[in-house]
Amino acid sequence: MKKYKCSICGYVYDPANGDENANISPGTSFEDLPDDWVCPICGATKDQFEVTED
Amino acid sequence: MKSVEIKKDIYWVGAIDWDVRDFHGYSTYKGTTYNAYLILDDKITLIDTVKKEFKSELIHRIREIIPLEKIDYIVVNHVEMDHSGSLPEIIELVKPEKIFCSDMGKKALLAHFHREDWPYQVVKSNDTISLGKRSIKFIETRMLHWPDSMFSYVPEEALLFSNDAFGEHLASTERFDDELSIGELIRHAAKYYANIILLYSRLVKKQLENLEKLNLKIDMIAPDHGVVWRSHVKEILEAYHNWCNNKTEEKALVVYDTMWHSTEMMAKAICDGIEKEGVNVKVFNLEVNHHSDIMTEVLDARAIVLGSPTLNNGLLPTMAGFLNYMKGLKPGTKIGAAFGSYGWSGEAVKIMTQYMKDMKFNILEPGIRFQYVPTHAQLKECVEFGKRIGKAIKEGI
Ligand SMILES: [Fe+2]
Ligand SMILES: [Fe+2]
Ligand SMILES: [Zn+2]
Repeated sequence: MKKYKCSICGYVYDPANGDENANISPGTSFEDLPDDWVCPICGATKDQFEVTED
Repeated sequence: MKSVEIKKDIYWVGAIDWDVRDFHGYSTYKGTTYNAYLILDDKITLIDTVKKEFKSELIHRIREIIPLEKIDYIVVNHVEMDHSGSLPEIIELVKPEKIFCSDMGKKALLAHFHREDWPYQVVKSNDTISLGKRSIKFIETRMLHWPDSMFSYVPEEALLFSNDAFGEHLASTERFDDELSIGELIRHAAKYYANIILLYSRLVKKQLENLEKLNLKIDMIAPDHGVVWRSHVKEILEAYHNWCNNKTEEKALVVYDTMWHSTEMMAKAICDGIEKEGVNVKVFNLEVNHHSDIMTEVLDARAIVLGSPTLNNGLLPTMAGFLNYMKGLKPGTKIGAAFGSYGWSGEAVKIMTQYMKDMKFNILEPGIRFQYVPTHAQLKECVEFGKRIGKAIKEGI
């Protein structure tokens, strides 16, 4: 599963970790995140994210 | 303590910090101000507050105009402690009807002050509130330079409260841009940009485009540090435009440190070569220059030339520290070159080159390194290296 990086603040969403504070369990792909999920650091919406290698 | 009316019934009520010399690693050798503003209208509104230690200055200045309890609204454009530190005490005294902040602002306020009971009112971009004769339109400026950051715009006055953007660290009793030298002000604003905002240049660019699209009339910008712009609004906007687009001058920086003067000799010979090409060059010894002052020069430099001897198979700590700082600030693309003296292993040039590659600089390879003390012929090679750098600068990045 691919990692996605927030183009606003640089936060990286790693499917292996999920997003505990938003009740996203580890193993959830970026695509499967709910549409209203936002960057936990800066609040950017999903469309502000880009695939990343690192 | 004197408050200053910046527009009819709108006052600067902030604080002047004459003494601060270090702002988390940024050398503020001229101090700074923490600006807060008071709008007298049907709803009396306080825009931002000041650093905790300065709350009595803020209170004095407000009291000169009205009793604190008369304030109805508080707007928090930015949660960083230099603007929110005195919020708890002020809220205690004011008992505001509403506290306006962005969504991320509310989260950050809760994470700083742990007060669920404050009367938060979350606003989004383009939300407008009425104060009576005037109104405030909010514009979120996420990551400029914190997630919570926003602007407050008063259309009736063509006045933009811009929080940290367009500000500078400079203590003065003068409150307006036309009361000080514009050259010096832009220098200080450049330092602020280079050390605080540079890494978000892409967002600055978007935000400037957004302001243009919104077609806001702006004849005054009131930031949270330094002077209020009223006579040079165009200049500061233009400067931000240039900085966020990595507009560079025909200018090189030679930044180095030295152990036994060998790298220093190389630095000066390289400087000589660059100068021979008729290109502006500045030399910074890391022993005596503050990294935040060098960053100001990096902002519009076209080439960065780095020199360090090899110490313990690595860089001198001053150079490692500087590179770490510069890399974090993500400067735009530059021409990069590296040099240094060494004793036996000589890794420094390679390490500096790698740092610059990571920053997407265009490297003039190969860098040059000489063992122990350079000979006259080797210094001549340094001059030639400098000329190559000068020529590359004239050709552009
Ligand atoms: Fe800030
Ligand atoms: Fe600030
Ligand atoms: Zn983000």
